[in-house]
Amino acid sequence: MAEAPLELRVRALPVSRGGGHAPVMGVGAAYLVLTLGGIVLALPFLWLLSTSLKLEGTEFTFPPQWLPSPIAWGNYPAALQTVPYLSYARNTIIITVAATVGALVTASMSAFAFARVRFPGRSVLFLMLISTLMLPDAVTLVPKYILFSKLHWINTYLPLTVPAWFGGGAFNVFLLRQFFMTIPYDLDEAARMDGAGNWRVYWSLLLPLSKPALTAVAIFSVIYNWNDFLNPLIYLNQQQYFTLALGLQFFQSEYSTQWTLMMAASVMMIAPIIVLFFLAQRFFIEGIQLTGIAGR
Amino acid sequence: MTEEVAEATLVAARRRRRWSATRWRDARDGYIFILPWLLGFFIWTAGPMVASISIAFTDWRIVTAPHFVGFANFVALFQDPRIRTSLFNTTVYVVLGVPTHIFFALLAALLLNLKLRGIGIYRTLFYLPYITPLVANSLLWLWIFNTNFGLANWLLTLFHLPAVYWLQDPRIVKESLVIMSWWTIGGQMVILLAGLQGVPRHLYDAASIDGATRWSRFWNVTFPMLTPSLFFNLTLALIGAFQVFVQSYVITNGGPEDSSLFYVLYLYRVAFQNFDMGYASAMAWLLFLVVLVITLVQFRFANRWVFYEAELKR
Repeated sequence: MAEAPLELRVRALPVSRGGGHAPVMGVGAAYLVLTLGGIVLALPFLWLLSTSLKLEGTEFTFPPQWLPSPIAWGNYPAALQTVPYLSYARNTIIITVAATVGALVTASMSAFAFARVRFPGRSVLFLMLISTLMLPDAVTLVPKYILFSKLHWINTYLPLTVPAWFGGGAFNVFLLRQFFMTIPYDLDEAARMDGAGNWRVYWSLLLPLSKPALTAVAIFSVIYNWNDFLNPLIYLNQQQYFTLALGLQFFQSEYSTQWTLMMAASVMMIAPIIVLFFLAQRFFIEGIQLTGIAGR
Repeated sequence: MTEEVAEATLVAARRRRRWSATRWRDARDGYIFILPWLLGFFIWTAGPMVASISIAFTDWRIVTAPHFVGFANFVALFQDPRIRTSLFNTTVYVVLGVPTHIFFALLAALLLNLKLRGIGIYRTLFYLPYITPLVANSLLWLWIFNTNFGLANWLLTLFHLPAVYWLQDPRIVKESLVIMSWWTIGGQMVILLAGLQGVPRHLYDAASIDGATRWSRFWNVTFPMLTPSLFFNLTLALIGAFQVFVQSYVITNGGPEDSSLFYVLYLYRVAFQNFDMGYASAMAWLLFLVVLVITLVQFRFANRWVFYEAELKR
């Protein structure tokens, strides 16, 4: 029995699209599961949104009211009056951008060395890197504060941004290193054959191939810095330097909490992050670039 | 003849020299690449760690000057029943939480990797709880787990099941907090999604030519290519779960009867409510050792199941 030519057999197969394989189930079932999962997972946010539109005093009625009536749009301008949103947003953006760029540059450099460059002490140093992940934050909190206050960095953005430029966090280094390890050595060797050194391999080969992982690192870094409460609380004491996360505390007073305004401010605080995630998730798709290069 | 030998020696020597030149360049480049991290490690991790271990051997209480007390803090650890309780609670949380968390994250990532219209909206929806501010999230869960009015018990009544005291029953409260943690799979999900996107399509094409079923394609192509991401998630999830703090701090404050008193919550109380910095530092180092041993074991067994394509090439 003669087999059909390979070309024909391949053509007869369904074309695999994108990064994913063919659906494990029907498209309709997939949408059903996704919609159910999405609703269940989005409940906390939906509640946040709903409370942000309720009149003060109606936020904790039982059974819970998901659709506020009447809709209290006024909470949003009222929240903006309580907190100087725009100037806090500017502070938050400065910190987030500076820390994220630093993390992307220095974490990818370290990850490249740990994944691709052979140097003495590499395994030991990598173990040291991993072990820092296991260190409870509480261990270093007090000594770090003493260090930054000795450097006169309190009430500056330096304690919140400079450390990111020194390795970008063990989490990000590990993540990028794991990703680099999945990229075949063939590509490196071909480039080195053409005379590329470590820097060329890093900059022109691995970084462009790692857009999905770099996007993930960028998203994690942005969210961490945007929502971080503890570090700004410790290092920023003057209101003109405050971030959005610190601003939320203005809705809590000794006697009461203005839940509806606080939720309105929370929505405005995380809205930019949601938009950013929605836009950035497209870049994961570019992981497909891994194929079709160097005859793969 | 001698000429040939001389030539061969020369070639070998040249090759050796060239090899060591590459070797030397790699060593230099390696250290230049990791230099920022290495400096940061000494300034912001190693230094504070040394400070912290020094404090663990003192009776420092912030207001008083520290005195050297030797191993007294470490000896006290083993006589403290709350250390045992909190370690037990934390272990239960880790054992129940980590595998289920990874399973759901993988399931979500596989679903969200499907090439469907509007998938970006679903990805954003699945990610939402991960970025919702903690205050809002915790309050929501207090309401969901409310015995009389909560969503959880309302669901049980639909199936004619008796009400559950989610946060008041010492036998259940840890499980309740594990369930709550399932809503924050967003971080792991994104890592797995990035890993899935990185699976080269030619492997699927090859598997299709071989007539592989969907299940065997998942098991023989997707899963091996995903193991580095899974290993990363497992390592981080274990480390993170051992440091579980916020949920029990905000929602149950360790109760009832210390049944959700997790290790770091106890550490926090010792450090920032009793200001016993010496004992707290000793506690932090005990936790560090426990997590270190578990992680080392995990790395030891990693080569049994984690697949790096690069390994094949060297």
